[in-house]
Amino acid sequence: MKYQQEFRDAGLAHSIVQEIRRTVTRSWVLMEICGGQTHAIMRYGLDQLLPEEIELVHGPGCPVCVTSLELVDKALEIASQPGVIFTSYGDMLRVPGSGRDLFSVRAAGGDIRVVYSPLDAIQIARENPDKQIVFFAIGFETTAPANAMSVLQAKSLGLSNYSVLVSHVRVPPAMQAILSSPYNRVQGFLAAGHVCAVMGYWEYPPLSEQFKAPIVVTGFEPVDILQGILVTVRQLEQGKFEVDNAYPRIVSYEGNLPAQAVINRVFTTCDRKWRGIGLIPASGWCLRSEFSHFDAESRFAVSQIQPEESPICIAGQILQGMKKPGQCPAFGSLCTPESPLGATMVSSEGACAAYYRYSSQAAGLMTQE
Amino acid sequence: MAEDTPIIQGAVCPTPLPHRNQVVLGHGSGGRLSQRLIEQIFLPAFRNTALLAGDDSAVIQIPHDGCNRLAFSTDSHVVWPLFFPGGDIGRLAVCGTVNDLSMVGASPLYLTAGFILEEGLLISDLERIVHSMQVAAEEAGILIIAGDTKVVQRGKADGVYINTAGVGVIDEAINISGRFASPGDVVILSGSIGDHGIAVLQARGDLGFEAQIESDVAPLNHLTRQMLEVCPQIHVLRDPTRGGLATTLNEIARQSQVGILIDESAVLVKPAVASACEMLGFDPFYVANEGKLIAILPESTADEVIELMRRTPLGKEAVAIGRIVPLHPGKVLLKTSLGSTRILDSLSGEMLPRIC
Repeated sequence: MKYQQEFRDAGLAHSIVQEIRRTVTRSWVLMEICGGQTHAIMRYGLDQLLPEEIELVHGPGCPVCVTSLELVDKALEIASQPGVIFTSYGDMLRVPGSGRDLFSVRAAGGDIRVVYSPLDAIQIARENPDKQIVFFAIGFETTAPANAMSVLQAKSLGLSNYSVLVSHVRVPPAMQAILSSPYNRVQGFLAAGHVCAVMGYWEYPPLSEQFKAPIVVTGFEPVDILQGILVTVRQLEQGKFEVDNAYPRIVSYEGNLPAQAVINRVFTTCDRKWRGIGLIPASGWCLRSEFSHFDAESRFAVSQIQPEESPICIAGQILQGMKKPGQCPAFGSLCTPESPLGATMVSSEGACAAYYRYSSQAAGLMTQE
Repeated sequence: MAEDTPIIQGAVCPTPLPHRNQVVLGHGSGGRLSQRLIEQIFLPAFRNTALLAGDDSAVIQIPHDGCNRLAFSTDSHVVWPLFFPGGDIGRLAVCGTVNDLSMVGASPLYLTAGFILEEGLLISDLERIVHSMQVAAEEAGILIIAGDTKVVQRGKADGVYINTAGVGVIDEAINISGRFASPGDVVILSGSIGDHGIAVLQARGDLGFEAQIESDVAPLNHLTRQMLEVCPQIHVLRDPTRGGLATTLNEIARQSQVGILIDESAVLVKPAVASACEMLGFDPFYVANEGKLIAILPESTADEVIELMRRTPLGKEAVAIGRIVPLHPGKVLLKTSLGSTRILDSLSGEMLPRIC
C-alpha cells in the first residue's frame, strides 16, 4: 500500500519522537480534533511514545458521537415506519437513542440498510419507487459533499421518494466553542486533515489569532500525527500561534473548491445541537429552502421527541477535552462497546471506544516489556 | 341422460412435471421426489458403504488402537453468497467440522450433512455444492455417512443452509485444550489472516471494487496430524474463524487465564486484504479465516514444528507471532509496529464499517 506504509515507518516515527523530546521544555496540552486521529493514536500507542510533558486530549470530531440524541430518536422513529427504507453509514446502527438503536428497529422489522455512499441510497430509491428512502446524512465537512451530491442527483432524476435526515456539523465553530469555554485546557490543535482536504484551512487564522493557539493541519498515519505534534510543540515553545500545514500531500490552503461549491449549493449554516455538548451557534449545515422537500424531518411527522440521556455518561466533557474516558465512573463497567451508555463508546472513532479497545493503561494494566 | 355422460377417452390427470431444474417443496416431502434427490444427487457424490446401507442411522466402526476418546462436533453454515472466490458453502460445511475436530487433536473420520433447501434453488447449484463437499471430504480423507434434507418455502431461507456434524478419534498421547496455554509457550500462526472474510465480502459486491482475494477455506486435519506426530505435547490448537485472530486469542487467554503478547509485525496480511480493510475501515485481526490455525506449544518444540509446517501446503507461511506471559491473565496485548503496546480486544457485535 504505497503512500501508507511510508507513513507507518517505525524508524521515521521514532526520529520524530526524538525531535519532539529535544524540543519540549515544559508541559503542553494538545487536542486532536478528529476521531480518526484519536483512533490512530490509541491503535499505534503513540501516547506511550511521547514525552510526559505532552498531554493529548481528544476532540469532538467523531460524527457518530456528536449527532444529537434528538436526531437519533428521529431516525429511529422514521426507520420504524412502514414503507420506509432507512439507509445509513454502518457506524450509526449501534448508536443508542432513548432506549433503543437502529439494530433493534431492524430486528423488529424495520428495513434498515447499511450503505457506503448516499449515492447507493439514490440507487435504492430508483429501484423502489413505491417506498420512501431516507438517508441519515451525518458527518463533518468530509461527508457533506457526497451527501449534498445525492440531493442534487435526486433532484435531477426527479426522485420524489428520496429524503435526507440532515445532521451535518462543522469543525471551526466547535473549536471556537472549546477555546471560549472557561474550563478550556487546550493550548494547541491538531486540525482534522480530511476536513481540511475539503475545506482548506482559510477558516482558521482568525481562531488562532483570537485565542493565541497554534492550529496545525494533521493527517492520520502515525508519522503524520507525530509530525503534527512536532510542528505544534515547536510553535508553542517559540511562543507562536500560527496556522500551519503538516499534511501538505493531501491538503491545500483553499481546499477542494468544487466540493465546497456543491456544499454551498445545497446546504446553509444553521445552529446545531451536539450530543453531550449542547447547542453551538452556526455549527451545522441544513438544507437550503429550495431543497426543503428533500428534508426527512418535514416529510415525516417526528417533531414530538423528548430524548432521555443517561445521567451517568460524561461524553460531553470528554468531547470537549475536559475529562478522559478513564475518569468516568461507568467506563468499562456499566458502559462498554456491547452496551454503550453514550455515543463516545459506540463508534470506533469515539474516544471511549478507542480507550476501551486499545489502552492498556485505561484497562488498569502495566505496559508489558 | 345417457347422452350427458362424458365419454372418457383416457387418463385426463396431467402427469406431474419432473422438476429436474429447481428444488420444489415436494423434494422435502419424504416421497418419490425426495427419493430421486437422494439417488441422483447425494448418493452418487458421497457413495460409501455406511451411507448406501440406506437405514435410519449409519452404522460405523470406530478404530480404537491407541484411541480411547471420541471427538464430536457440529457446525451450521449459512454463508451468502453460496459461491465465492476460493470456495462455496459445501466446501465450507465440510472443512468447518473437519477443522473443529482437528483443533482438539482428533483425526476426523465421519461427517453427517443436514440440508435446508429453499424452494426454487437450482438443482444445478445443489449439484455443484454437493460435488464440492465430496471433493473436500476426499481431501480430508473422511466419509459423509448420513444426511437429511428439508425444503422450506421460497423466501424462508437463503438458497441452502447446511449443518454438518462429525466424529473423530484422539490418540491417547494427545491432550489439547484452550485451557492449556502456559507462560513461556510460543504462539504459532499457520499463514496470512483475513482472506476468507474479505473474499466473501467481495463476492457480495460489498467492496465496490475488484480485488484478487480467494477464501482460504481448507481442511486442516493433515496439517494438525503431522504437527502432532512431531510434537504430541502441543497445548492449544484453534482455528480463528468468525471474529478473527483477535477474538480467538482472547478466548484462549480467558480459558487459560494467561496473558498473550502478540507481535503485530509478525502477523502476515496479504497486500490485497490489507488494502480492502483500509478502504472499508476493517481491522484484519477481526476478519474471518477458514483455513488457518493457531498452535500454542512449549518453546523448545516451536522451531521444529514451524519448520515442519513450512514444508506443508497449508502451513508454508507459518510463523511465531507471540508468546504466553504470566502477566495480565485473560488479556491479549499487541506490540505495535512502532514498539508500543496496546490491548487487542475481542470483536464486539457486528463488524461495522467506519464513516470516514
